[in-house]
Amino acid sequence: MAEDTDNDRRRMLTTVTTGVGLAGAGALAVPFVASMMPSARAKAAGAPVEADISKLPEGQMLTVEWRGKPVFIIRRTAQMIKDLPGIREKLADPDSEVKTQQPVYAKNEYRSIKPDILVVLGVCTHLGCAPTKKFEQGKASGVSDDWVGGFFCPCHGSAFDLAGRVYRSVPAPTNLEVPPYSFLSDNRILIGVGPEDTA
Amino acid sequence: MAKLMDWIDDRFPATKVWQEHMAQYYAPKNFNFWYYFGSLALLVLVMQIATGIVLTMHYKPDVSLAFASVEYTMRDVPAGWFMRYLHSVGASMFFITVYLHMFRAMLYGSYKGPRELIWLLGMVIYIALMAEAFFGYLLPWGNMSYWGAQVIISLFGAIPWIGEGLAEWIRGDFVVSDATLNRFFAFHVILLPLLLAMLVYLHIVALHKVGSNNPDGIEIKKQKDAEGRPLDGIPFHPYYTVKDLFGVSVFMALFLAIVFFAPELDGWFLEKDNFQPADILQTPPEIVPLWYLTPYYSILRAVTFEWLPGGAKLWGVMAMGLAIVLFFFLPWLDRSRVRSIRYRGWMYKTMLMLFAVNFVMLGYLGTKNPGHVDLIWFKNLVWAQIGLVFYFAFFLLMPIYTKLDRTKPEPDRVTG
Repeated sequence: MAEDTDNDRRRMLTTVTTGVGLAGAGALAVPFVASMMPSARAKAAGAPVEADISKLPEGQMLTVEWRGKPVFIIRRTAQMIKDLPGIREKLADPDSEVKTQQPVYAKNEYRSIKPDILVVLGVCTHLGCAPTKKFEQGKASGVSDDWVGGFFCPCHGSAFDLAGRVYRSVPAPTNLEVPPYSFLSDNRILIGVGPEDTA
Repeated sequence: MAKLMDWIDDRFPATKVWQEHMAQYYAPKNFNFWYYFGSLALLVLVMQIATGIVLTMHYKPDVSLAFASVEYTMRDVPAGWFMRYLHSVGASMFFITVYLHMFRAMLYGSYKGPRELIWLLGMVIYIALMAEAFFGYLLPWGNMSYWGAQVIISLFGAIPWIGEGLAEWIRGDFVVSDATLNRFFAFHVILLPLLLAMLVYLHIVALHKVGSNNPDGIEIKKQKDAEGRPLDGIPFHPYYTVKDLFGVSVFMALFLAIVFFAPELDGWFLEKDNFQPADILQTPPEIVPLWYLTPYYSILRAVTFEWLPGGAKLWGVMAMGLAIVLFFFLPWLDRSRVRSIRYRGWMYKTMLMLFAVNFVMLGYLGTKNPGHVDLIWFKNLVWAQIGLVFYFAFFLLMPIYTKLDRTKPEPDRVTG
């Protein structure tokens, strides 16, 4: 009996069976992995939100929630706007060259549609903490003596200016993200929809 | 009774297993203080499972209910506060015992051949334990729970190409949300406890195959009596079961003292920000993981060199990952002829002590603001960077200094 055994045939059958079995196990893993992806409900929850800035005073910030993330809306003072070009050399990306961080209509020296109104995601580009506002200048800010105002992330010390531009030598790699947004009227901002989409 | 045992033994090797692993399992007779922590870690695992089962009976894994259900457990469930504090303090006690258990292995070279697999399995347990602790920390849905999870999951986002997709897959959403809480609950109460129990079983199987190392780092199996029993071995039961029970009584006294008198340990075992429900619009003033993860957190934050290709963030994450992975290679990085620190030269002794101090320093700095000065001379960031360099030097230079080190001759028999 033993002499009759066709070992090559057995090996081939074993290999083929193992291969088919592994392919089946691999195919079975797909639904398990897929079940952990964002659900249809999570994907649908990204509706735009409206913010009313009529009561937002100069030099102050308003936070609204969009897609589970904080969005900072700041009404910059004339002084704040004037200070923006002054710290160019301290910034990693002063001209907003990284395309993913803002829509084209916000790629300008203010990183905004209107020079005084800044809209940025309050999500540090390092590891997703919410940066805190440090609008005081100098020592009072608690950041550094030559601080001109901006955002400071308490988690890992990343710093951003009042246009959400990231400083050099901090952990965050890019500027704060500007979400798509548009003005419905002077005092109503729609976050999540850009001006070209509403037209 | 004997008849019943016979009946069982014909169907299940109960007596055989008891003899082989307890009554006739010979362990070196010179175990000292450092050898308590393996059994204590096992005790904490059992306690975490027991208290965890009770907590799941009252907990609700839902973002709108989770925080309140934990407070309900604390206030309204009979002895709920006790179960919860045993569990939260237990998490820290788990890491204390595991860190001391690991340090023991480094003192006496327990990871060296033929015990490499015990060490590797132990390292997998350590990583599983970190994951278990991380998943569990989200469950109370406090503000530090939320932001801690936000930061740690974002670490995966630093991986080129697949990072963002991977982070989304872990969260099950674009932000940390109800989907995340629900799956972390599943991981914390099912996946990782099962994994941990299996790994601990394998860790002990591997240990009993080769036998324990000892403070002298010599093989007791080389010197046997006429019946083949190691001359320097004593049966695990009753000698070490009794010794370990003494350890348990001292350990439990300390453990319960913390549970009863300082369950938060001034923010070290339960962070103050976590007594506030998660607020997605408000980051706590400092996001800091619990103490047992802060050495690695320090390393992550210490990498601020933007000129590195790919950016500081990616390298920080890689440095942190490498800091953990390097432990796995210890059995092969250590080229010393002897195992125990008792017979090693000054180089390894110095490096190991500095490593321990450095690890504690990194852990401390991980809880502090990098821009402040909490030690002397430099900002915390600079100290963390010095600590990072030494941390890697300890491992990467190990093949050199353990080889150069002048060792002393090992004795034939254990010295007590």
